[in-house]
Amino acid sequence: MSIFSLYIVNKSGGLIFQKDFADIARLNTNDALMQASIWHSLHAISSQISPLNGCTGIEMLETSTFSLHCFQALTGTKFFVTCAPRTTGVESLLRTIYEMYSDYVLKNPFYEMEMPIRCAAFDLQLVVAIKGMA
Amino acid sequence: MNTRKGALPIVDRPLSKGRNEVSLSAFAFLFSELVQYSQTQVSTVTELEHRLEEIGRRVGEKVLELLCFREKASRREIRLLGMLSFIHTTVWKCLFGKAAESLERGTDNEDEYMISDRELLVNRFISVPRDMGQLNCGAYVSGVVKGILNSAGFPAQVSAHYVAVEGQSRPRTTILMKFTDEVMEREHRLGS
Repeated sequence: MSIFSLYIVNKSGGLIFQKDFADIARLNTNDALMQASIWHSLHAISSQISPLNGCTGIEMLETSTFSLHCFQALTGTKFFVTCAPRTTGVESLLRTIYEMYSDYVLKNPFYEMEMPIRCAAFDLQLVVAIKGMA
Repeated sequence: MNTRKGALPIVDRPLSKGRNEVSLSAFAFLFSELVQYSQTQVSTVTELEHRLEEIGRRVGEKVLELLCFREKASRREIRLLGMLSFIHTTVWKCLFGKAAESLERGTDNEDEYMISDRELLVNRFISVPRDMGQLNCGAYVSGVVKGILNSAGFPAQVSAHYVAVEGQSRPRTTILMKFTDEVMEREHRLGS
């Protein structure tokens, strides 16, 4: 499977959802939390130091071993996936995940905003979407 | 009286058919707020279900009047099976856009009937956390059905249950209706 993992970061930089889809990407909880905060800060700094106006942050990071694609919603919630280099269709996958978030998480009466996501329906839909990618 | 020139006064105008389509997202958010608001007023899961049922009951009473007028030209259903198929098709189509999946008679008791749906529209986006136990927000829909049955003269106990189905990750929802003795007696008397 070419998608390694998905992270969702709330607008204050805290990790609210994390799921690994490949064994090589498994991080323990602490490392995952650190990775999320590091990315949140990088994203914020990048929009400040950009030489062009109107920069909204890093959308893609490509390295020799993996790529990282990030999508920031208008509310400041960030969705980023790590995947194998040169994977296609990740942008649309991120949009789909955002749509599922707005459906199965935000319309759930038992979900509190900015808290960790624990919605069974969201997990199910996510698995279907990721399988569809591979 | 505020009327446009040439328009009939409002009580003489024909009743409109109404809009058939409402935004699903709008309804989902509204229902989510309904559940959250009810949660602030109660302290147990059963009370929450009762509250949702109560809200649904009021909706049911009004839906019955509306649909009898619109769909059936004010004919009353007096037989039990007629009433059940009215709920199963017409009411479900009006509320959720399609007929319910199945209507069954209870195997153990004569006075129990069940309407099943693969997934109730109101429950589609809801994931109940484990500490809420057996809560089913379909209690709202069972309240609607209860309101309809009670107003139509078929008093019953109505409840919503999850039934696990193999091969499906989400359980089916069943609305269980248990009719009172007077209804069953009347049915026998009217002949079947």
